[in-house]
Amino acid sequence: MNTGITDKIFIKEFCLSYGEKQILESISINIPQTMITAIIGPSGCGKSSLLRCMNRLNDLVPKAKVEGQILFNGKNIYAPDVDVVELRRKIGMVFQKPNPFPKTIYDNIAYGLRINGIKEKKRISEIVEVSLKDCGLWNETKDRLHTSAFELSGGQQQRLCIARALAVTPDIILMDEPCSALDPASTFKVEELMVKLKEKYTVIIVTHNMQQAARVSDYTGFLYMGKLVEFGNTDIIFTRPREKLTENYISGHFG
Amino acid sequence: MAREAFRENMKTLEQDLISAGDMVCKAINRSVTALQESDVEGAKKTIADDQLINKKRWNIEEKCIRLFATQQPVATDLRELITVLNIITDLERMGDHAEGIAKIVLMHEGQPLVKPLINIPNMAEKAIDMLKRSLEAFVKRDDKMARVICNEDDEVDLIYEKIYRSLLSIMIADPKTITRATYLIWAAHNLERIADRVTNICERIVYLVTGKMEEINVSNY
Repeated sequence: MNTGITDKIFIKEFCLSYGEKQILESISINIPQTMITAIIGPSGCGKSSLLRCMNRLNDLVPKAKVEGQILFNGKNIYAPDVDVVELRRKIGMVFQKPNPFPKTIYDNIAYGLRINGIKEKKRISEIVEVSLKDCGLWNETKDRLHTSAFELSGGQQQRLCIARALAVTPDIILMDEPCSALDPASTFKVEELMVKLKEKYTVIIVTHNMQQAARVSDYTGFLYMGKLVEFGNTDIIFTRPREKLTENYISGHFG
Repeated sequence: MAREAFRENMKTLEQDLISAGDMVCKAINRSVTALQESDVEGAKKTIADDQLINKKRWNIEEKCIRLFATQQPVATDLRELITVLNIITDLERMGDHAEGIAKIVLMHEGQPLVKPLINIPNMAEKAIDMLKRSLEAFVKRDDKMARVICNEDDEVDLIYEKIYRSLLSIMIADPKTITRATYLIWAAHNLERIADRVTNICERIVYLVTGKMEEINVSNY
């Protein structure tokens, strides 16, 4: 059936283990393009690990072993000839706690551009402006671009980190609990931003906050003990999930 | 067990809803008895007691709103709350229909009924039976039972048709009866609407159990 939805990432029978410990078991999900996909599940279910596998951050974990495939633009990101730096440019990551560099607001964004070979000042300034505008941060920062990023509030710092990720023109933005350290007002701003971002980008978010997943995402996957229990349209997951386990988790009825 | 407080609140809400249903059944029964016996006092009591049903409705609605706001229910919990909210709205309107029948007693202003009532009490009995069983289906989360009850609305519609025709004949035979016969048609119409609202309740039970909204039995009236 043609639903008019194009998939951006194909996760195929993907397994992850750290030494003897199996973290993910045969996960298969198609992540739709220019949509927000939320991955939910209890602590330790493997949701952050799955997210980190999507831009190979788990390469850094000793004894990490993967099986199966994650296809991005038709190519397995775990193929030996993949340029991991380029992959991480295409698939950006925003972390739980805002982690701006100890630099100015301007340089936080310019840094990624410079290491990607963009030297021309005018071009860098243009991208800084567009990225900050895309994140709704331009009006708040345009008069203090050369002050330290640490002077921004937590919510502003997180949006700056998103702007930093956008500056290098990724296709996909991975967000690992991006609002867990933010107050409600900043959370809503980041959520609004996510919805805006999906016009251009594919967003994948890991969250503990059920209401956040329900509010912002188009698709939701529920992971439990390393396995994908259910994946589907968010509206359906939150009104009539297929699996009892999903129902119990999202309703908070885990015994 | 997590969320015990929420389950407790839902249980209380369910009990409140059942007690509202009892109040409505009594109101329908009383109003039809008052009509049958031209009992002005009984009618006045039914009219006054409708305020209690209204109050009960607001109370249940408030509890639902509080749970929506504080618990952000999803999936079955969400459908349960939505169902309670819908059922109480229907029950409250049924109470208004019973009040409408009681008002017809007062509108007679002491004049006798144009005929002894047989079908109207039968219709009321059927509607009350449907209502009671629909609430039982709600408590049991029994969508099959709800579907069966929905289809019984046709029986009520048939009795209504019969009443309508018989009262029409009386009016044609003796035009002086037109006003009072019309009152009885209104009374029957109120009962017909009550049964329709039972079908609404049944549709909500189907939604609660299956998550799907569907029109089960479309009334001809």
